[in-house]
Amino acid sequence: MDTPGLENSELKRTPLHAAHLKAGARMVPFGGWDMPVQYAGVKAEHAAVREKAGVFDVSHMGEFRLTGPDALAFLQSVTTNDVSKLKPGRAQYNWLPNETGGLVDDIYVYRVADEDFLLVVNASNIAKDWAHLSAHLAAAGDVILQDESGQTALLAVQGPQAEALMQGVTDVDLNSKKKNAYFAATVLGLPVWLARTGYTGEDGFEVFCASEHAEQLWNGLLALGIAPAGLGARDTLRLEAGFPLYGHEFSDSIHPLSSGYGWVVKDKLHLGHERIRLPSPQKLIGLRLDKVPVREGYPVKLGGVVVGHVTSGTSSPTLGYPIAAALVNAEAAQAEAFMVEVRGKDHPATRTEMPFYKRG
Amino acid sequence: MTTPTDRQYASSHEWIKEDGEVSIVGITDFAQDQLGDVVYVELPEVGRVVTAGETVAVVESVKTASDIYSPASGEIVEVNDALTGSPELINEGALEGGWLFKIRVDTLSGDLMDAASYDAANG
Repeated sequence: MDTPGLENSELKRTPLHAAHLKAGARMVPFGGWDMPVQYAGVKAEHAAVREKAGVFDVSHMGEFRLTGPDALAFLQSVTTNDVSKLKPGRAQYNWLPNETGGLVDDIYVYRVADEDFLLVVNASNIAKDWAHLSAHLAAAGDVILQDESGQTALLAVQGPQAEALMQGVTDVDLNSKKKNAYFAATVLGLPVWLARTGYTGEDGFEVFCASEHAEQLWNGLLALGIAPAGLGARDTLRLEAGFPLYGHEFSDSIHPLSSGYGWVVKDKLHLGHERIRLPSPQKLIGLRLDKVPVREGYPVKLGGVVVGHVTSGTSSPTLGYPIAAALVNAEAAQAEAFMVEVRGKDHPATRTEMPFYKRG
Repeated sequence: MTTPTDRQYASSHEWIKEDGEVSIVGITDFAQDQLGDVVYVELPEVGRVVTAGETVAVVESVKTASDIYSPASGEIVEVNDALTGSPELINEGALEGGWLFKIRVDTLSGDLMDAASYDAANG
C-alpha cells in the first residue's frame, strides 16, 4: 500500500497541536493544516459521539468579525439567507454565492450584537473568502472586517451527553439554550462563547475561546470523559447526517441548490441572486450499497450511461453498510437503482433519502 | 510490536512468507495501523497469474482505499475468504489471521527487505 508523507513543515498548526500528539493522534494534512485524523480509531470515535460525547478541534476554521452601522446591509448583500431575521444571541447557516451560480463558501453567521457579527468559514477557504469579502467591502459604507482566526480556537463538543457533561463545568443553564443559541459563558472558569450548533447530527456545543486557553479547555473536557475525535469521525458523522461539505458537495462551480438546501436562499437581492435562482442542472442524491465502499469521483450510471459521480462516500459506522452522496443529472435523480463503477466493475446502488441517519 | 524475521517485506508494506510449496502474503502491522479500521477487502481471483508489483487486492478503511501490490510473480492459489465477512481480522492480526492470499511463486520481487531493514525504513 502507499502511505502519505508523514511530515510537512509548511503546514499550519492549531493551538492544540501538542495536545493532539499527547493524545496519540495520527496527524494528516487538511486544507493547509496539520490536523488529527484519528486517536483511538474512526469507528470508536464515531460511536463515542453517537452514544456519549466527543470533542473535535476545529480551530483551523476561520473566524471573521464584521462590525459597524452598515454590517447588516453588507452581509445581506453578499449572502443568500436573511440575516435581518437573525437576532443577537443566535446563529444562522448561510451561503456566500459567487456571480456564476456557485458558492464561494458555506458559512455560519453569529450575531453578537446589532452591529457585531461573527462569521465562521471553512479552513481551506479563509484566504478566498477574505479576498471576496474585502473586494465587496469598498462599496459597503461603514463596516469593519477583521480576521480573528489567528487568536481564536474552536472546539466542538458533540453527542447526546454533551449537555449533561458540560453543565457541570459552566455557569450558564444549558437546558435553557435552544438550537442555534449563541452566548457568553465560562467553562472550567475560562471565558468562552458557546453556540448550540454542530456538524455531526447530534446535539452539542461549539466552544469559541482565546487560543491561549485552548489546551486548558481541551484537557478539562477530556477529563470529563469526553472522547477526543478526529477529522475521520467528523467526516463519517457529517455524511451520515447528510451535511454537505465544501470541496465535495459544494464548490465555485456546483450549483448549490443541487443539495436540496433551498431554504438557505431567501427572497432578497444579493450578489449573484439571478444565477442562483436558475434551476440546478444536477441533484444531490443519497446512495446505499451492499458491501463495497465507494469514494469521491467514482462514476454513477443509469442504464449503462454515466449520469453523475460520487461526491462523498464511506462505510457507515452506525448503519454498517456503505453510504454515499452523489451529484447526478436532475432528470436521472428520481431513479431508484443505480450502478457505481468501482475499479472498472459496476456495483448496484440504491437511492435512499438523506440524511442517512437521524438521532432518535 | 516485534517484526517477525520469518518473512520478507516490501517497501509498500506487504509481507511474504514461505508456507510449504506456496507463499502467504499479507500487509504489515505498520500498514494496518496506518490504515485504521478496515471495512472492506477486495481479493484477487484464484488462478490469476500476477506480476510482481502489480495491484492484486484493495484494502479499504473507513477513510480510504489502498492498493495492495504483489511481492512476487506467480499464480494465486488461495485467498483468505474469512476477510469477506470479517475484514477487521486485518486489524486484529495483520501478520497472522489477516493474511490476504497464497501465491505459487515464480519469482520474488527484487526489492524485498528483511525485518531489520523494514523496521529501519519505517522507524
